Amino acid sequence: MDFTFNEEQQQFADALRRWVDKDYSFDTRKRIVHSPSGVSDVAWNMLAELGMTALPVPEAQGGFSGNAVDMLVVMQELGRGLVVEPYFATVWGAKFLQLAGNQHHRLEDVAKGELKLACALGEKHSRYDLADIKTIAGINGEGYRIDGTKTVVIHGGQADALIVSARSAGTQRDTNGISLFVVPTDTPGVVIRDYRTIDGQRAATVQFNHVAVPASALLSKLGGGWDMLEEAADYGVSLLCAEAVGAMEALFNATLEYVKTRKQFGLAIGSFQALQHRMADMYIHLEQARSMAMLVAARMVCDAEERRRVASAAKVRIGQAAKFIGQQAVQLHGGMGVTDELPAAHHFKRLTMIELTLGDVDHHLERFTAQRGFQQHS
Amino acid sequence: MDLTYTAADLAFRDTVRAFLDANLPSDLQKKVRNHLRLSRQDYVRWHQIVARQGWSAPAWPVEYGGTGWTPTQRHIWEEECARSGTPPILPFGVNMVAPVIMAFGNEAQKAHYLPRILNCDDWWCQGYSEPGSGSDLASLKTTAERAGDHYIVNGQKTWTTLAQHADMIFCLVRTDSTVRKQEGISFLLIDMKTPGITVRPIIMLDEDHEVNEVFFDNVKVPVQNLIGQENKGWTYAKYLLGHERTGITAVGRSKRELLFLKKIASEHYKHGKPLMQDPVFSAKIASLEIDLMALETTVLRVITRESHAPGPEASMLKVRGSEIQQQLTELMVEVLGPGALPFDTDYLEGKADHAVTGDDAAAPLAGYYFNYRKTSIYGGSNEIQKNIITQMILGL
Repeated sequence: MDFTFNEEQQQFADALRRWVDKDYSFDTRKRIVHSPSGVSDVAWNMLAELGMTALPVPEAQGGFSGNAVDMLVVMQELGRGLVVEPYFATVWGAKFLQLAGNQHHRLEDVAKGELKLACALGEKHSRYDLADIKTIAGINGEGYRIDGTKTVVIHGGQADALIVSARSAGTQRDTNGISLFVVPTDTPGVVIRDYRTIDGQRAATVQFNHVAVPASALLSKLGGGWDMLEEAADYGVSLLCAEAVGAMEALFNATLEYVKTRKQFGLAIGSFQALQHRMADMYIHLEQARSMAMLVAARMVCDAEERRRVASAAKVRIGQAAKFIGQQAVQLHGGMGVTDELPAAHHFKRLTMIELTLGDVDHHLERFTAQRGFQQHS
Repeated sequence: MDLTYTAADLAFRDTVRAFLDANLPSDLQKKVRNHLRLSRQDYVRWHQIVARQGWSAPAWPVEYGGTGWTPTQRHIWEEECARSGTPPILPFGVNMVAPVIMAFGNEAQKAHYLPRILNCDDWWCQGYSEPGSGSDLASLKTTAERAGDHYIVNGQKTWTTLAQHADMIFCLVRTDSTVRKQEGISFLLIDMKTPGITVRPIIMLDEDHEVNEVFFDNVKVPVQNLIGQENKGWTYAKYLLGHERTGITAVGRSKRELLFLKKIASEHYKHGKPLMQDPVFSAKIASLEIDLMALETTVLRVITRESHAPGPEASMLKVRGSEIQQQLTELMVEVLGPGALPFDTDYLEGKADHAVTGDDAAAPLAGYYFNYRKTSIYGGSNEIQKNIITQMILGL
């Protein structure tokens, strides 16, 4: 076994870190968050220039065929730097295109940084159940017609095209009968309401009012999209886990630095054992989380059951770690920890939102127990 | 990054499995898997079976009888032993005193003791803790005064695991009380048959005789039993402790116990359904299984590093390893519910073939739970481990 990153991966990480340090300072980020669009074209172009948009795209479509481990290093750095650009949404959406196998042109555009994507999967009632879909896809001549409303579509307002799940058959929570489409956001009938999320990102409510798409927009077999949806969602989980580890690491380091310098009663607060043991607990959580981020990235290529098992395990363990580290970091920073001016507080917010994206701890514990292997005892 | 075993590792695992299938006596396996108490003979018997294969001290250098296995292969060996349910190879000789003898002992000591440890000709125990010292090991008071070619040892050790079976004890003793407490300590090997040694049982809260007090009353120890230099024992002791903490992690055993937990949870019912299918209880098991997965991956990260000397990360592994072991026993008791109350000592001591309740698997579990509260205390309490993390890793 080998847990080290190769030279190329290290180079990607270093390049990103240099860019974040130099051009994506906390103040710069703050300006971007409070700008009308909430994202920065300059930053996006830089990410494309650094090869980040090409990284996960297959070589045949002009990318680097990066795997989940390659993405781990990238997402860690973006988590560390609290980058709010629509990178996760785009890369996640590209996974659907790749699994579909019929979207070469769009993947080429993603690689060049010319196509931003978002995944419109959740609905108001669905919570984390990706099969709980009311949006309808009906036959419409040669193509399809989509009707319904998707909620909390991450970076939906910044995307050029949306990955949409819709029901072409079956009842509301059926895994059969789900179809996946790619829909350009300028298609007539697509209504996007963009808003800010509490962690400084963007999301949108997206309505599909009689949206007509051609047959070529179908990414899965008609009604047979569930396996693709689940696989891409697990991939999304692995990306979020990596981002979370980057954010936790930054938060941990900032807190460690703070307890070493902040003085009370004439001593650095880090000299008090009650705080030291909490730092040790945070360290242990961080390392367990890091292990799981590595494991889930490495297991993305496994058979479906093992992939599901490890994805859920990672989301659980990392969710627990993120909550502990986030809450303790704020507590140890004292009053400063609950102010808007402290970067650590924003890492905490981002971590909290990651926990609420693609399934929280309880959701993934339940999913973990539902895997066949869980019941085996010999 | 490649988190799969190589073909060579998998072939090695097959070899190990074949050996265990052919050589692990079924009566021993049954005892271990069912949490029954092991006799001295059980431990020695298994140790000697493994020694005949040449595998009783995998981590030793080949010149002393080690295997030359990689850290990953050693991990596989331990995991497979745990999976099969072998008695443990006790660490006191192989993993604790032997590395100290190798690193700091003289040629005569190496030549005499190492082959005997390899074959379990001597049963070793550890004389570190004292009644007043606890985790503050360096405050020990047992004295060794030089008198010609002997030391005269006086004092008391405690929590001495399985000393009732021991032939030899390795001891930290104070040889100079005029200097800083860490500087006047020496490392002595003492024959347990020497006049003046008394072993008194301490009965654990599951009524098992596992630890002891050991009293030294003018015990004469030849000077050639001193390891290394007089007053340098603290250095050797710290060297030993790094070896101890990694061993306490016990990922392999916890994996077997997790399967056992699932087995009993599928045989005990709540509202007419197996507990394994109860959403509240299965979530607890799942959370623990995930913790174990994270710990196992962390262990692999530590052992596959280029430099795999036990570092302060061992403290993290000890904390998580012990907590997970404890949670496993806790959930086992929860599975049994009121069935955990009967305390069937006849069955536990092998005087009866079956438990009085008819549930053999259940009988030892409450005792196991109480007994395993020790894991966060021994080997340096978890609070001490956090101090180590704080100082050595975090620099606080």
